[in-house]
Amino acid sequence: MDQNLYKSIEQSTSPKRPLLKNVIAAFVTGGIICTIGQAIQFFYMRFFDFTERTASNPTVATMVFLAMLLTGFGKYRKIAQFGGAGSAVPVTGFGNAMISAAIEHRTEGLVLGVGGNIFKLAGSVIVFGVFSAFVVALIKTLLVKAGIVSW
Amino acid sequence: MVGKGTVQFMTKPIIAATGVTAGPLEKRKSSFSEYFDKTYDDERLDLQSNEQGHTQLISDACEIAMNKVGAAIGEADFLICGDLVNQMTPSNFAARQLFAPFIGAFSACATSVSSLVIAGLLTEVGMSHYALAGAASQHNAVERQFRYPIEYGTQKPPTSQWTVTAAGFAVVSPFKEGYPYLHRATIGRVIDYKLTDPLNMGAAMAPAAFDTLKRHLEANEGKDIKYDLIMTGDLGKVGSALLMEMVKQEELLTHPNMYLKDAGKEFYGDEPGVIAGASGAGCSAAAYFSEVYTKLMNKTYKRVLLIATGALLSPLSFQQGETIPCIAHAIELISE
Repeated sequence: MDQNLYKSIEQSTSPKRPLLKNVIAAFVTGGIICTIGQAIQFFYMRFFDFTERTASNPTVATMVFLAMLLTGFGKYRKIAQFGGAGSAVPVTGFGNAMISAAIEHRTEGLVLGVGGNIFKLAGSVIVFGVFSAFVVALIKTLLVKAGIVSW
Repeated sequence: MVGKGTVQFMTKPIIAATGVTAGPLEKRKSSFSEYFDKTYDDERLDLQSNEQGHTQLISDACEIAMNKVGAAIGEADFLICGDLVNQMTPSNFAARQLFAPFIGAFSACATSVSSLVIAGLLTEVGMSHYALAGAASQHNAVERQFRYPIEYGTQKPPTSQWTVTAAGFAVVSPFKEGYPYLHRATIGRVIDYKLTDPLNMGAAMAPAAFDTLKRHLEANEGKDIKYDLIMTGDLGKVGSALLMEMVKQEELLTHPNMYLKDAGKEFYGDEPGVIAGASGAGCSAAAYFSEVYTKLMNKTYKRVLLIATGALLSPLSFQQGETIPCIAHAIELISE
């Protein structure tokens, strides 16, 4: 069979990702994760001596800890199959990327296995995150120096 | 040679016995599970690593197959097998344990048939009494290499398939009455229809299956052969639908709906978790050497054509933007 004909048949036969369903599922899943995060932040502000700004650190740590438990018990990938980007974009997704790689490479030892591979997936998030933060900071600094905006 | 790339086995080497081992998910969900010889409750077979479990899966299947012909594992004249892990360490390590003269064979998920063909040829030339041939895959060991860590949360598309944890081995021996024998084999060509999605391997492999099927049927020219079953390896729901479409468009078979099946599509029944079906070197091996072999033995099937399909990609090749070349090997078994 001709290659182009096959490609057109393949395009019409292979099931597509259900975009609308995925978008709604991502919205709901991401929303639930963020609501839990918000509740934890309020908890730290209410019962401990944290401000809105300082509460974010323990909040992130708690969320990553929860993601670690869910990943270890094999639940996070099931949530992700439903939630898609909704579970990948929040910090829990970042935690899952690190922890799943750490579990995966435990058999190759602590240093070369876990240490060497823990950022296998999350590494690019850090690289591009740090780089884009640098670019944004640079732009803001220039704008402040030029007197267009203030800190 | 009866056609380009098609071999006829004149001495009719038989499959004297088979051994199939499978993991916990396959034990619970596989539609072939009643035919498996041994299943395990732990994905790693209670060993230290997935790869060790993979190795054990292979050596257990070999041992079961050899025991069925009443021979010790050391009596195997040849061992031909392969898997999907880098450098095929599970097969190599199993061969270290089994200590038989060993050829590692790699045709990705088509290894079940390519190894059977090599075993058949060694028997054909009279150099082998017991040749062990087969293939295996282990879900965790293969997924981690080709895709993401097992517990990584990523949304799989509706075309993705599930690598099976299973090993299937056959003991090939010189002709004896009452056993299914190897009739003809067609060695696949590498076919590349320029598909690039590693999460839609069924669609990439379907043209290879079609090419091999077509060539195998052409070698049988002039004879209107009735097959009880033509079973592809691991095209899954997507790939097998595409193959069916191609077969119908080119009018290759008269009633393809009746006997053209796919092991990957049927492997887990209607289990939704595996999405488009099963895949992996162990998929076709476990299906062929369990249910299909049993039905050949009890004469439910008299003539079957098994077409194992393999995608010859690596994680590196698709990241570099290469397309996915695929292969399919076919073997025709007759039970009289």
